[in-house]
Order: sequence, then structure tokens, then C-alpha cells
Amino acid sequence: MRRTSPARHGFITALAWSIGLLIFFPILWTFLTSFKTENDAIASPPSFLFFNWTLENYAEVQSRSNYLKHVFNSVTVAFGSTLLAILVAVPAAWAMAFAPTRRTKDVLMWMLSTKMMPPVGALIPVYLLFRDWGLLDTLSGLVAVLMLINLPIVVWMLYTYFREIPVDILEAARMDGASLAKEIVYVLAPMAVPGIASTLLLNIILAWNEAFWTLNLTAANAAPLTAFIASYSSPEGLFWAKLSAASTLAIAPILLLGWFSQRQLVRGLTFGAVK
Amino acid sequence: MATLHTRSAARLMVAPSVILLFAWMIVPLAMTLYFSLLHYNLLMPGTEAFVGFLNYSYFLTDPAFLQSLGNTLLLVGGVLAISVIGGIALALLLDQPIPGQGIVRLLVIAPFFVMPTVTALVWKNMLMHPVYGLFAWLARGLGLQPVDWFAHLPLFSIVLIVAWQWLPFATLILLTALQSLDQEQKEAAEIDGARALALFIFIILPHLARAIAVVILIETIYLLSVFAEILITTGGGPGTESTNITYLVYAQALLQYDIGGASAGGIVAVVLANLVALFLVRIVGKNLDA
Repeated sequence: MRRTSPARHGFITALAWSIGLLIFFPILWTFLTSFKTENDAIASPPSFLFFNWTLENYAEVQSRSNYLKHVFNSVTVAFGSTLLAILVAVPAAWAMAFAPTRRTKDVLMWMLSTKMMPPVGALIPVYLLFRDWGLLDTLSGLVAVLMLINLPIVVWMLYTYFREIPVDILEAARMDGASLAKEIVYVLAPMAVPGIASTLLLNIILAWNEAFWTLNLTAANAAPLTAFIASYSSPEGLFWAKLSAASTLAIAPILLLGWFSQRQLVRGLTFGAVK
Repeated sequence: MATLHTRSAARLMVAPSVILLFAWMIVPLAMTLYFSLLHYNLLMPGTEAFVGFLNYSYFLTDPAFLQSLGNTLLLVGGVLAISVIGGIALALLLDQPIPGQGIVRLLVIAPFFVMPTVTALVWKNMLMHPVYGLFAWLARGLGLQPVDWFAHLPLFSIVLIVAWQWLPFATLILLTALQSLDQEQKEAAEIDGARALALFIFIILPHLARAIAVVILIETIYLLSVFAEILITTGGGPGTESTNITYLVYAQALLQYDIGGASAGGIVAVVLANLVALFLVRIVGKNLDA
């Protein structure tokens, strides 16, 4: 970049930072509002930093509605559905990566195509079956559904990772007289772990933020944070500070996870097409 | 290397995933198809009867359907336009060597990780509220009349909110793709005297084609089914001005208990999604041959 003049460089820097802050602003605003009193939250002109900082919203959020229960629900659903999906998908991805047949490509494309099915096509029967089976507003029902909707992504993602494991290394281990068990524990597993970890991460993020099935299949009991926070939309007054506190807690862990795993995210979200 | 033995083992390993996904796809679809041919209302139990394609003719001739179809396409098209064009521009900007590049990048991609219900509530209340919202305050500061966003520009407001969620996704993907562009190639073109525009059109854009295709494909899948943002901000209204197909089917099923009619709508949504998918695979799929 020899030809960039200092003025131009300064302009580009200022522009990039301004746009970055502008895009991030709603999140920052939510964060700040969570420390305001309800009066400060709707004050006009709005106060950006110089208000009476308070932590009471965070205490209120918990005491009003047992916030921690919904955190627990979110954690259970995100981890449960992801771990189950990985359990089912690892063998499939493994087989397709190491013993591909002529139909492997078609099976993978077919799995991808199931993601094209809009959820409303399945909403009614799933809702009625869940009602009849007593699964509405239960964690197990929600775990099952989220596991199924993310399964194609999990298989794909694992497949793209496994395919990069060199097969030669297995043969080398075999030549050295490694047994099958040793081969798996000492050679394959260490190479598969990063791929599995990335898949885990991406799916926890997706499941944590899923907001079609969680809203339609849960009520007071099994509601994860997505559905719980939606209950703040009822027009029972303006509780922006409390809404902000509940929101901050709900998005902070996933935002941090997302920030730390950008690269893997790109790969997973694009089914390995962009790395 | 694949012996008969390993091949049957491989089949056994793939089977659970395939069976689960197949069941998840076929069972609900078959049931929706079956319900769509019935008169079936949860408020009138015992009156279920076969009515042929009556539900379809009701659904398809309902003025709400045409409006929702239009809204769906506007929503998908609007957000795609904003996120792809904006994403390319932002990716080019963030690819420049500036102080704090990594931090700006984190700021820009952050909205993608915010759950849709939080996004919708924060925008609806703290930003777009006609009296207390920040936009209203800004408008007053500029001497303008504050806009009542969800009453007067409901669909536009939803496009704006959803675009805020997906612009970061497009930027992240396109930036990653951009950074894999060979620097030497770029510099060679610069030495040859290529102007910025030529560099963009002949080197950068072709390099990004595959990533753009991926962004369009994935965003379309999700954008056809936008739901939480509508439920929380406008509830599809005023009237059906901001109702998309997904929300229309939801409202018919879980608010009016009309299972037959909603199922017909669900099948229409599936057909629509498949048409779009077919179209997309034709147009952008060319870039995707793995």
C-alpha cells in the first residue's frame, strides 16, 4: 500500500471506526441501559454515560421471574441438542469421509436440501403431535427438534473437517503395528478433536439463538432465553432497563463465543465452501 | 481400500443420520399434506371432513396471501440487497490496514450473535419507539417529526432490523474470502496500472463470486422464514402489511386454530421455498461445485 497518502489513510480509519461503532451501537446501548434506573432509561435527552449507575435491574430480573431457570433451559437445550447431534453425526461423517461411495455426494446434498424446507411446513403436525404426546413446553421435546434441524449442518461440518485428515497417516500407523483401538485413540482422535470442537461451538450458538421452534413449542416451563425475553414485549409498561439487563445476560456469553471462533464459524456456516 | 466389509460398516454408520432426517422431513410433510385436504378446526372438534382442495382455493384467493407473498419477496430481496452490497463495501473497507482493524471487525460482526427476540425488542423499544426511542430524539434534534416506524413503515422497519442481523454475516464471509485473495496478484495488477475500479471488477469481484453465492443461498434459506422479528414488533400488522408467509401460516394455525387452512398455507410455503431453491441453485449454484 505504498500509494496511500496519510490523509487518505486517516479518512479510511475514521470511516471504518465510525461504521463499526454505528453497527455495534444498539448492543452498546442495551448494555448501558441495563445499568440505568427505569426513569433514566426513557429520559430525553438520553444520557449516555453520566447517569446513576445501578445494578438493581440485574437483581430485579432474577427476583421477578426466576431468570436463572430460563438460563438453565437455554444451556440444556443448546448443549443437549448439540451433543446429541454430534453423537449421531460423527459416525456418519466419518464413514462418508473415509469410505465414500458413489452416492456419498448425493446423500450430503440431500441432507443440505432438508434445510431448505421452511419450518412452517412442519409446524402444525409437530405442534399437534407434541400436544398429544405431552411434549409441548418440555425440554426433551425442544432438544429433539433442535437436534434434528441442526443435524445436516453438523454432518456437513464434521465431514469437511474429517476429509482433511490424511489417510496416509493411518497406513503409516498400521505399518508400525498399531492396533485399531490404538489407531483411533492415538492417531485419529487428536486430529478429529479440533473439528468436533468447532462444530460444537457453532451449533451451540445456533441453538442458543433459535427463535422459531423455541417460541412456538414452549411456554412458562421450558422457555429458553429467546422465548423468555419475548415475554417482555407485552405492553405492560416500559421496563427498558430490566429488558436490557435480561438481554445483556442472554447475549453476552454467545457474543464472546462468537468473537473467539470467527474462522470456524465462517467455515461451518458456509458448509466448508469458504474457509 | 473399501472392502465389502468396510462398505457395509460405513452404511451402518451413516444410517442413523439418514433415517432421522428422513423421518423429520417426510412425516411432518405427509401429515401437513393430509391436513391440508381436511376441514379441521381445533375449536370445532369432531367436524373434520375431507374437503379436497377447498383449503387451497381459500388460502390462495385470500387477499392476505398475495400481500404476504409480496412481503416475503420484498423482505428477502431487501435484506439480500442491503447485506450483499453493504457486505462487499464493508469487507473492502475492513480489509484495509488500519489501526484497531481486529476490533472494528469484532464490532461489525457482533449483531449476528444477538438472538432475534432481543434484536427485535431493542429496536422496537429503545431505538424506534415513536416517543422515547433514540431515533425520535434524533429526529426532534434535527427539527423533524419523529416517525412512527411500525405504524407507517412496518415492512421497511422489519427489513432494517433483519438487515442489521445479516449484514454482519455477509461481511464476515466476504471478508474471509477477500483475505484469501493473493496479494501478489493484486500488486501485479496495480503495477500494471490497473485503476481501483478495474481492480475491483476484474480481480476482486470474480474472486468473491463463490462467497457471494454462498451468502445469497444461506441468507435466502433463513430469510424466507423470518418469524420472531415480526411476531415481536408488528404482529404482522397493521392489517397484514408486514405479514410474511411464515407468519400468515402461524397466525392461521395457532391464533385461529384453522389447521386445514394453515396446512394448505404450509404446503404453499414449502412449494415456494423449493421454487426459490431451484432458481437459486440454477443461478448461483454454478459457483458452488465443490
